[in-house]
Amino acid sequence: MLDRVDPQFRALPLAALADAALTRARERGAQHADLRVERIVTQTISLRDGAVTGVADETVVGLAVRVLVDGVWGFASHGDLTPEQAATTAEQAVQVARTLAPVARERVERADEPVHADAVWVSAYALDPFDVPTRDKVALLTDWSQRLLASDGVDHVQTSVAQVRECKFYADLAGTSTIQQRVRIAPALTATAVDRAAGGFETMDTLAAPAGRGWEYMADVEPELAAIPELLAEKVKAPSVVAGPYDLVIDPTNLWLTIHESVGHATEYDRAIGYEAAYAGTSFATPDKLGTLRYGSDLMHVTGDRTIDHGLATVGFDDDGVATTEWDLVRDGVLVGYQLDRTFAPRLGLARSNGCAFADSPHHVPIQRMANVSLQPAREDVTTDDLIAGVERGIYVVGDKSWSIDMQRYNFQFTGQRFFKIDKGRLAGQLKDVAYQATTTDFWRSMEAVGNPDTYVLGGAFNCGKGQPGQIAPVSHGCPSALFRSVNVLNTQAEGGS
Amino acid sequence: MSIAPQDLVEAALSVATLPCVSSVRDRTEANLRWANNGLITNGEMRSRTLTVTATADVEGGTAAGTVSQEIADVAEVAAVVAAAEGLARTGRPAEDAAPMVQNYAHNDVWTDPPETTSIEVLDDLAKGLGDAFERAEAARHLLYGFAEHAVETTYLGSSTGLRRRGVQPTGRLELNAKTADREASAWLGRTTRDFLDVDVVEAVDELSTRLGWASTKIDLPPGRYETLLPPGAIADLMIYAYWTANARDAEEGRNVYAAGDGATKIGQRIAELPITLRSDPLYPGLETVPFVDFTSSLDDTSWAFDGGLPIKETTWIDRGVLHELIRNRGHAIRTGTEPTPPPDNLIMDGGGTASLSEMIAGTKRGLLLTCLWYIREVDPERLLLTGLTRDGVYLIEDGAVVGAVNNFRFNESPVELLGRISEIGVAELTLCREWNDYFNRTIMPTIRVPDFNMSTVSQAS
Repeated sequence: MLDRVDPQFRALPLAALADAALTRARERGAQHADLRVERIVTQTISLRDGAVTGVADETVVGLAVRVLVDGVWGFASHGDLTPEQAATTAEQAVQVARTLAPVARERVERADEPVHADAVWVSAYALDPFDVPTRDKVALLTDWSQRLLASDGVDHVQTSVAQVRECKFYADLAGTSTIQQRVRIAPALTATAVDRAAGGFETMDTLAAPAGRGWEYMADVEPELAAIPELLAEKVKAPSVVAGPYDLVIDPTNLWLTIHESVGHATEYDRAIGYEAAYAGTSFATPDKLGTLRYGSDLMHVTGDRTIDHGLATVGFDDDGVATTEWDLVRDGVLVGYQLDRTFAPRLGLARSNGCAFADSPHHVPIQRMANVSLQPAREDVTTDDLIAGVERGIYVVGDKSWSIDMQRYNFQFTGQRFFKIDKGRLAGQLKDVAYQATTTDFWRSMEAVGNPDTYVLGGAFNCGKGQPGQIAPVSHGCPSALFRSVNVLNTQAEGGS
Repeated sequence: MSIAPQDLVEAALSVATLPCVSSVRDRTEANLRWANNGLITNGEMRSRTLTVTATADVEGGTAAGTVSQEIADVAEVAAVVAAAEGLARTGRPAEDAAPMVQNYAHNDVWTDPPETTSIEVLDDLAKGLGDAFERAEAARHLLYGFAEHAVETTYLGSSTGLRRRGVQPTGRLELNAKTADREASAWLGRTTRDFLDVDVVEAVDELSTRLGWASTKIDLPPGRYETLLPPGAIADLMIYAYWTANARDAEEGRNVYAAGDGATKIGQRIAELPITLRSDPLYPGLETVPFVDFTSSLDDTSWAFDGGLPIKETTWIDRGVLHELIRNRGHAIRTGTEPTPPPDNLIMDGGGTASLSEMIAGTKRGLLLTCLWYIREVDPERLLLTGLTRDGVYLIEDGAVVGAVNNFRFNESPVELLGRISEIGVAELTLCREWNDYFNRTIMPTIRVPDFNMSTVSQAS
């Protein structure tokens, strides 16, 4: 497997860097020390109406040393990958820990973890995007743009693709040493119709989500393109929704984001105990409610994992050197678990972390970040059509767009790409100006049915934000279609204004 | 980092075979983070990034390619240049293509070394926090927050002979205090260039006052309320309006500044009061790098062909009238207008002189906000945004704060709000809450809106 790892990364003096940093950290008094060496290559290609607006390659390279000195963290990083600099950076990290010890009131204790020596892990993908000539990528996006611009009713097309190859080396004083590589891709396309006479415009996006896949994933977007002009034209003419309570059948292309915000972030242990209180916020799902909080209906089974193929948070070992796993967060509608790192696991009385430590660059300290948090499908044979057939007056919500949730993960508001009116169990054309708004536990308790595994789709995002200094993390969320009863729907045209 | 950044820039230009702009950004950074009255994370970081944008004549026009790489050794430079030239040579024509920026006179001292920072900048703050944690324990309060100081020095060189150097210090303090039951919360932010002007004791005292206001709890339903938005809250809304001010989008009819049929709202009154919104890279205390050292801006404009272009003071709204939008040189050439690269600061002033205390005193019944959070776009046509109030909503009655109110979700458009502002206070230096990871330098007034739309109640405290 090592031969699949970027040769430029393999060529770095990883063992020498580890030896220099870890030895110096131990000499200076660190009881724990870990070194990360990372090389993250990103390419972004953007086109506007078929013309290139940007082709940019970015490479972030650096080393990071994190130490524990008498229970106090110290962290330092540098862009120079020499053993001398690794040793100096380790000294710096120890010095930071000693300087700040007087005001660090907590003494850190970490869960044990078996030693994983010389482990290698590579994510599941077929074609490394960086092995595809850039001109071929631009040509594909140009073709997409031109085909849509030639369609009636499409005035503008913006398309882009972001691709990342992340290589990471980790070594610690305990003896764990891992080399990992993962690849991810995010295609995007927006078609716009402009009403030049009356003013105003509408947009329609493709639904293919960012994924832990290679360039082969672009073929999954292709079949969507043909339907975009008609969907956009229908949306332009669609009636504005009448505000009020509706039964919602929510497609996985929309529901993944609701899961992310209302379950994923709410079950992060660091948030639940206040570590993010001044920034990303806390959580209503506090540890005293573990095992008792009625999160949702009995059908609600949500798992955390960092192991599923093509998941954006999937990795072999986390940034604490922990082998990744899968576990329950909500089972039978009750809160039963949290996302943890090695610092937090002991506080819940757990012997091991579930592997959620992650830093988005060599210049950031690992913090607890989100696993792939997914709603499990029904075992029964329930299709999306079956869910729609069970609704007298409702809306079928497809695709994500706007999202917002409060700092304790209670009150949320989401829009989407496509809203289809459901009338007596059948789809009856699109609506527009729709937003749904709810309180997290009310919403999940109103979930009356979930679809079968055939309705299950892995959604996700590249850019989940958390932490200070701000870090972004890629994360996926799988879910089936699901039916929610009597959810408050706003007409966005009626909002704001005087 | 033994190689001087200027030498990396020159090395790139010397091996380039195509017209190109080469820049090196040297960044040092130190930070502290605390929660529950104790430090939780910290760090001291250093990085140096080389960015090369090459341009090439291709069939049908000019193409550009940009490659950026963290770099420590001059031996890595040639590969970066070759990669950028490869992207340009095999690229397709760009609509934003423009001739390279020619050399021009300026006062930068190219040979000066990078300026830096270190964890020592935060020494006094750390000591002050230690005392503050003890005081908070005694008062049964919990302190949370973050302090960061970063210094970036940018060296930019061009095939045209242009050499520019810019230094950007950026500091911020966010302090959040909660009661021990976490039922009441207060926040303040400070923007600073060097932390010499940060007074932790004063900041903690201010938060204690706010937590005192919250000793009385008042439940209010959703609805439209007369509302005072303090400078940090209005900054978050105006920054979003700034990030949307793309001239080309407006001309194409697809943003809030569109007037239809290819026209924009430039020249139209969008605020009833004489509000001016402007940016100025030389504004005292808000100085920013005065030349283009980026290849795209958050309004989605490409600046790949504009490296080194001077950034000038620009007035976006002039006494209530939309005056200018963001456009690069390529679009400016096509439309016979001037390029307007966006400075990294924003100043809003309506000539008001009232302090926040005076505006509270002048309120019969209304809400006072602390800050806004999780602001996202709902409808780009109106720039309708949603978001939440956070860390203190206070009810004012007969000129005095009488208690703390529940939080709300709002749905409002900052552009529509401009037309409904009924009073503007004195403009002051402020740190926004939502966007301060990306935007640190603002001067804003407190504003009064007679009918701010609180769409639903949030249970968050």
